[in-house]
Amino acid sequence: MINSSSSKKHGTDQQEISGPTAKSQRAQMGKPEESENKKRLKDVEISVPIVFGNAAFWLGKKASDYQSHKWTVYVRGATNEDLSVVVKRAVFQLHSSFNNPTRVVESAPFELSESGWGEFEIAITLYFHSDVCEKPLNLFHHLKLYPEDESGPMSTKKPVVVEFYDEIVFTEPSESFLARVQNHPAVTFPRLPAGFTLPPPDESKRNRGDTKDHPLSQWFLNFSEADELLQLAAARQQVQAHIAKLRRQISMIDGQNQQLKPPSDQ
Amino acid sequence: MVSREVYALTGGLAPLMPSIEVSQLKRRPPSDEKITWQWLPFTSSARKDDLQLYHWARVVNGVPPTGDYSFAKYNKSVDVIRYTDEEYEKYLTDPTWTKEETDQLFDFCERFDLRFIIIADRFPTSRTVEELKDRYYSVSRAILIARAPSPGEVAGHPLVKEPYNVSQETERKRALSMVLSQTKHQERKDAEVIAEAKRIAESRMAAQGVEEPDLPVTSDIGPENAEKAIGHGDTISPSNVHVPSAAVAPSTSILADNTSTLASLRMLWVYLRTYALEQMVQAASSSAGLRTIKRVEQTLQDLGVNLKPKVPTKAVCAEHLELRKEILTLLNLQKQLQYKEAEGSSFRDGSYGDMPGTPKRSLRAADQDRTFVPDTISFGGERVGKREQKRKGPGRVAETPSSPAHKRPRKLKASDL
Repeated sequence: MINSSSSKKHGTDQQEISGPTAKSQRAQMGKPEESENKKRLKDVEISVPIVFGNAAFWLGKKASDYQSHKWTVYVRGATNEDLSVVVKRAVFQLHSSFNNPTRVVESAPFELSESGWGEFEIAITLYFHSDVCEKPLNLFHHLKLYPEDESGPMSTKKPVVVEFYDEIVFTEPSESFLARVQNHPAVTFPRLPAGFTLPPPDESKRNRGDTKDHPLSQWFLNFSEADELLQLAAARQQVQAHIAKLRRQISMIDGQNQQLKPPSDQ
Repeated sequence: MVSREVYALTGGLAPLMPSIEVSQLKRRPPSDEKITWQWLPFTSSARKDDLQLYHWARVVNGVPPTGDYSFAKYNKSVDVIRYTDEEYEKYLTDPTWTKEETDQLFDFCERFDLRFIIIADRFPTSRTVEELKDRYYSVSRAILIARAPSPGEVAGHPLVKEPYNVSQETERKRALSMVLSQTKHQERKDAEVIAEAKRIAESRMAAQGVEEPDLPVTSDIGPENAEKAIGHGDTISPSNVHVPSAAVAPSTSILADNTSTLASLRMLWVYLRTYALEQMVQAASSSAGLRTIKRVEQTLQDLGVNLKPKVPTKAVCAEHLELRKEILTLLNLQKQLQYKEAEGSSFRDGSYGDMPGTPKRSLRAADQDRTFVPDTISFGGERVGKREQKRKGPGRVAETPSSPAHKRPRKLKASDL
């Protein structure tokens, strides 16, 4: 195992804490609260599974040249939990042909509805609460209005839905962040270093910004890692078997080649 | 006769530029001067004697060429400072050098124009080039300083300004010879680490736009330590030799790639899992060429695996990455096998004898194993193809060779798994 840095373990969730960081020691000495906030856990990560994409309804008879579809682009928790625990606001940057193409959404559900005719790339910028992360994160989604199967009839009842699963990973989360989100269903909480304790979370501050009863929720896709894991495991097994076989063959050939080598080469 | 592919592998032919200006080839109009060539004697200021030699000289209108022999100006030599015995006693004595040796050194330096390799070769006592250089330069330096009216006068002189550093030179040459004698494998791994370091530096610059003032120090140590660890720890011979154990050699470098990628990701504070996977995949394939990467992707498709995971959780991404690395290993092994087979048949004087248990055969032996067929066309051109045709077994549709270059075998169906 290569010793790259002192506290790093390879691959899995690392659990070591590096002790009070220099930062917290340098923080204002007279304000214990603030230095608490600034204390970060190294080698610990928090992840938030999200799904983002769009649903688009064809307007059918009511469609005009410039407004053939009504669509909604959104970012939701992967299990429809409330993302506002980490996300402060979402900014959707639309095509310049829209009025006020920069749309800011200050609360959950983080979505934007519009009508139009064109498919284009939407830049979604997520801003997080200050104790979560001061840096925003960009997502890009290509708006899809028309179904894959172009030959089929378009329906006004059934929307075209395109969703992508991803996970937002926060490195070195601050203690206050960790404290706030413990037990929150939207967040994949990491295993904390042994003996590390956090104050209990303030459940009263939670808003109902989840998307469980969202009007579009019947169209939301389900993302389960189980199938993909199985697929990958099977594929790995096959590849490993082949590797073993090739190794045997190579050593066999090596043996044969050794005998065949002309004397001058040996 | 080298094949086209080999040419491409070795960097290919450089495009040829005309070395002669075509316009210059036209006949020049005869000038109004009368030119003859005469066999005339000449002397050279470069000679210490007055030997007269003869050569053809270009005579213009009856006038032979004037001036010194045109090559005399190249007779340059080095200004070697010679010290007096007095100066030696005063400034130049050294416990490890006798006066005789030092005198001899300076004689040689003058005689051989500071060609230290030659000097070292002929030196009566055995001294390394670095020792000789050290003695010569420090003596010259001391003399210069001693003879100068004031130290400031010679401060700009290169001998004074940049004294010869023996230990640095010895170390530099040692490192140089190490680099020169690197195996191809080591070279590749070094390139990987450098590429990774470059990427870290770039992502570091990107992350520097962030307000966060304190960047974790350990990530600085990360890539350097990984680099050192590879340099020191990797004395095992590469997987080119038949090593039955697990893929040790390739994984050490990939471990380093992962570590440094993880370090650079950590500094981003927030990122998407899919982005992280992309970076790790890139790092793992940094030593692979475009064609290899395409083959990896084709293999993934044949195995029914999404090129980009549909549900990129941490676990899925980890598995995906491992799978890709294993496929890379697989492809490397296939290539190795082909090399060795080629080697084997070249030993047999180019005859394509049937070998028992031919690897290509047994790879496809059982029906279940028909998962993906290696791209046997890409290397070795005709020869491998020929062997394939000979070995077509029963019920074996021509899956590879007879078809032109990169025709792919049928796609794997779910039922095949």
